[in-house]
Amino acid sequence: MHNERSRFLTFMLYVGLAFLYIPMVLLVIYSFNYSKLVPVWGGWSTRWYKVLFESPEVWEAVSLSLQIAFINATFATLLGALAGLAMVRFGKFRGRTIFGGMLVAPLVMPEVITGLSLLIFFISLKELIGWPLERGFTTITIAHITFSLAYVAVIVQARLTGMGISLEEAAADLGAKPFKVMSAITLPRLAPGLLSGWLLAFCLSLDDLVIASFVTGPGSTTLPILIFSRIRLGLRPDINALATIIIIFVAILVAIAAFIMLRQQKRELIDQQMAARGDV
Amino acid sequence: MVNSKATSGSAALTGSNEFSRDRPLLEIKGVSKKFGDFTAVNNVDLDIYQGELFCLLGGSGCGKTTLLRMLAGFENPSSGQILIDGQDMSEVPPYKRPTNMMFQNYALFPHMTVEKNIAFGLEQDGLAKTEISEKVDNILKLVELQDYKKRRPQQLSGGQRQRVALARALVKEPKLLLLDEPLAALDKKLREQTQFELMNIQDKVGVTFVVVTHDQEEAMTLSTRIAVMDKGRFIQTGTPTEIYEYPNDRFVADFIGSANILDGEVVSNIEGKVEVTTYLGKFSFKNTSNIAKGSTLYVGLRPEKISISRATSKSKNIIGYIDDIGYFGNTSRYKVRLDNDQIIDVTAQNQKRPKDEKDRLTYEDKVNLSWDNSSAMLLLK
Amino acid sequence: MSSVKKEKKPSTDLRYYISLSADKLQSKWKTIVIFIPFAWLLLFFLTPFFIVAKISLAELVITSPPFSKMIEWVDGSVITIRLVFDNFIYIFDDPLYARTYLNSVKIALVSTFLALLIGYPIAYAIVRSKPVTKQLLLFAIILPFWTSFLLRVYAWMGLLADQGTINNILIYLGITETPIRLLYTEFAVYIGIVYTYLPFMILPLYANMEKLDSSLNEAAADLGSGPINTFFKITLPLSMPGIIAGSLLVFIPATGEYVIPDLLGGGNVQMIGRQLYNEFARNIDWPVASAVAIVLLLLLVLPMAIYQHYQAKAAEVK
Repeated sequence: MHNERSRFLTFMLYVGLAFLYIPMVLLVIYSFNYSKLVPVWGGWSTRWYKVLFESPEVWEAVSLSLQIAFINATFATLLGALAGLAMVRFGKFRGRTIFGGMLVAPLVMPEVITGLSLLIFFISLKELIGWPLERGFTTITIAHITFSLAYVAVIVQARLTGMGISLEEAAADLGAKPFKVMSAITLPRLAPGLLSGWLLAFCLSLDDLVIASFVTGPGSTTLPILIFSRIRLGLRPDINALATIIIIFVAILVAIAAFIMLRQQKRELIDQQMAARGDV
Repeated sequence: MVNSKATSGSAALTGSNEFSRDRPLLEIKGVSKKFGDFTAVNNVDLDIYQGELFCLLGGSGCGKTTLLRMLAGFENPSSGQILIDGQDMSEVPPYKRPTNMMFQNYALFPHMTVEKNIAFGLEQDGLAKTEISEKVDNILKLVELQDYKKRRPQQLSGGQRQRVALARALVKEPKLLLLDEPLAALDKKLREQTQFELMNIQDKVGVTFVVVTHDQEEAMTLSTRIAVMDKGRFIQTGTPTEIYEYPNDRFVADFIGSANILDGEVVSNIEGKVEVTTYLGKFSFKNTSNIAKGSTLYVGLRPEKISISRATSKSKNIIGYIDDIGYFGNTSRYKVRLDNDQIIDVTAQNQKRPKDEKDRLTYEDKVNLSWDNSSAMLLLK
Repeated sequence: MSSVKKEKKPSTDLRYYISLSADKLQSKWKTIVIFIPFAWLLLFFLTPFFIVAKISLAELVITSPPFSKMIEWVDGSVITIRLVFDNFIYIFDDPLYARTYLNSVKIALVSTFLALLIGYPIAYAIVRSKPVTKQLLLFAIILPFWTSFLLRVYAWMGLLADQGTINNILIYLGITETPIRLLYTEFAVYIGIVYTYLPFMILPLYANMEKLDSSLNEAAADLGSGPINTFFKITLPLSMPGIIAGSLLVFIPATGEYVIPDLLGGGNVQMIGRQLYNEFARNIDWPVASAVAIVLLLLLVLPMAIYQHYQAKAAEVK
């Protein structure tokens, strides 16, 4: 589907891209502003980066957030992959409808509801069995896994459906037992999906403010909670610096992804050329 | 009583001595498959013998692929039994069956090389590495792909992929090779060429093939026997010649090749000789079955079995007018309108190049149709 | 005779049956695969939910946790269940809540419409681009989604503030002398929602329009339809599933949004997500917070169900 792109569409595309990117570009520029008042230009400076790096709270929050994100991504990928597998490959089983519903609901559930219900759940659980004693690292991680796994399951389901079942049937037909089919065919084919699922879960966790605010306890300040508490009171140049670092970090990751994709496309092109020569 | 028991016993004994030769390799006994309310395969019986190249032929949704998948073990029959070499397959999962399948779109593992793809099945059997590589080399030689060992499936053409898929299934030396539309993904020229390759290979390895196809030409060329399927049932089973020349059913006559189908009524049935009247006159058939006088049925007449010529004043046979002409180069197809406005299809070889345009049959020409009475087909309702 | 019959059975009888029981074991792992995520979601998603529903029917008591027990053992043998609908009555009686709910829906609807207005031509423009450009543009649309949500909202604080970029430009151009109040208004909330949720609108639209056959447009043109007529008669109706999916993906989270009204709306824009958070964090009235959550959920059940329905239908088509 290509066709001509009309002038109106091209114009809207540029406006849209400007709308998406100008705020971020300004965010980056103002991070190098000397002035303490963010929008008032006081000359180029990197002083706010220094302020940022010298703040132990920031380091603690970053470290806590990264730990939670890492554990969350790993567990969510594991659970989400199992859930996706069950939904796509196991046909009908008892409770499939409820299971499917519970897998989609976290995607569309307002964060405030998920957060509130998990908090009340943790408190009730403590009443009942005395665990979790303190809210913080563990409760945030559990909460994050719960909604992240639904995202991973969506990716895994899409990928499994796209893959079709014939390769797995072919493996079984050639004598591979279910475990072997899983390890030799399904998992390797699923790997790109699992990787993007892991990355998505990692980012979702790093990004979450609302749910973490509900289920956290004293002393456990994740990075978004820290940022939020600071910007609620107004603009802060050190937050601009932090934002710049995050944007650069993401941009590098995306560049790597784009590079891998381009290389993949190039390889496919070479494959096609080789294939085309076959029937001559 | 005692006597008869003894005879039946000895019959069983002599039978058992020969069963490796006479017993069918594959026995399908009363197999049905239901998906909810839908019956995909309806009470099918079939025996296939060692060395056959058997085709399941039918349109889409006729149940042929479901039947094949039941043989491979991907679906379980709702009722009935499948035996391979006398062994009941109902509890045997796909990975334990002595069958291998060539999938419709080949299902080659994209993350493995040609070599790895072919070796995969042998590795599951726990063969030694040297043995595996020897077998892989041999089979690659058979399908003439020795130089493509290290390539991945994406780097192969359609025809090459087809051969890798065949090699991967064959290398396990299955008792039964199942092929799901093996040639459907190839273009026409390549398909014809590959048909013969497939037959040659089957001849060399001697493995029994069961092929699913919707292409009647493919079925006719390839197979030793064909089963024509429709709505989950076998309509007719037989050799290609039997199916084409002696179809027993209107559906088969119409599905394989083409046929003029005439309504007929039985006027007499004396000593196995059945006389039927149609608007093209009387036809007589040798038939041992009991067809009651007065019952209605069909008579089929294939277009190429009718000869067409310009009508002369002497012509006594059926007279008609040319309504439409389809020119195919080697043959021409005429639609001939009879006096009663019925249309009869006639195919004629264009053996000679007409010397004069006037000699060529054309629209509204008055023509004479004739045929050999023995080429008519009796089709039951 | 009997010896003949025995021969018929496979000679590896015993091994055959042992391998069968091994298969049974293999089939058990399926149960495990289902059970682990199922149990997780049951425990950490569904159960919390029922507890919230339960607490919304409880009374506020000054203990920890601050809600009354609904089921109590009286005299060790009789169970009394106390359902208190006071929390719901309270919500419905207080015009503040009604206004907040309505305002949330209004803001979500308007922002969804704005996002559709901006997102549709962008998605269409991407579909109409050359393959390589298409990839790059899709990347460009998704990229902001991977950066921090919070910081994207923060970026607009810098733009909209009284001494912010926009006001600076307006004053510099002489359009206004004193700063126009942009931040902490409803307008700011609209911008924030459209800005952060735009990718959610564009991506389903793109996925839908990408599948449309361009020959349909050519056929319409061939039959004498001008570009504008073709758009309204062919493209727009066919992209309806994408419009619905994208709109719901914006509308649902926008209704319960907390961060954007808090940061960009300040105290001036009442939205239900913020109300809920305040009820829970400041007033520590959990029963009322739970009741607010339940009502919000009821409000969103229909759009969620529609979304699920369309997703299921899309999956079937595949």
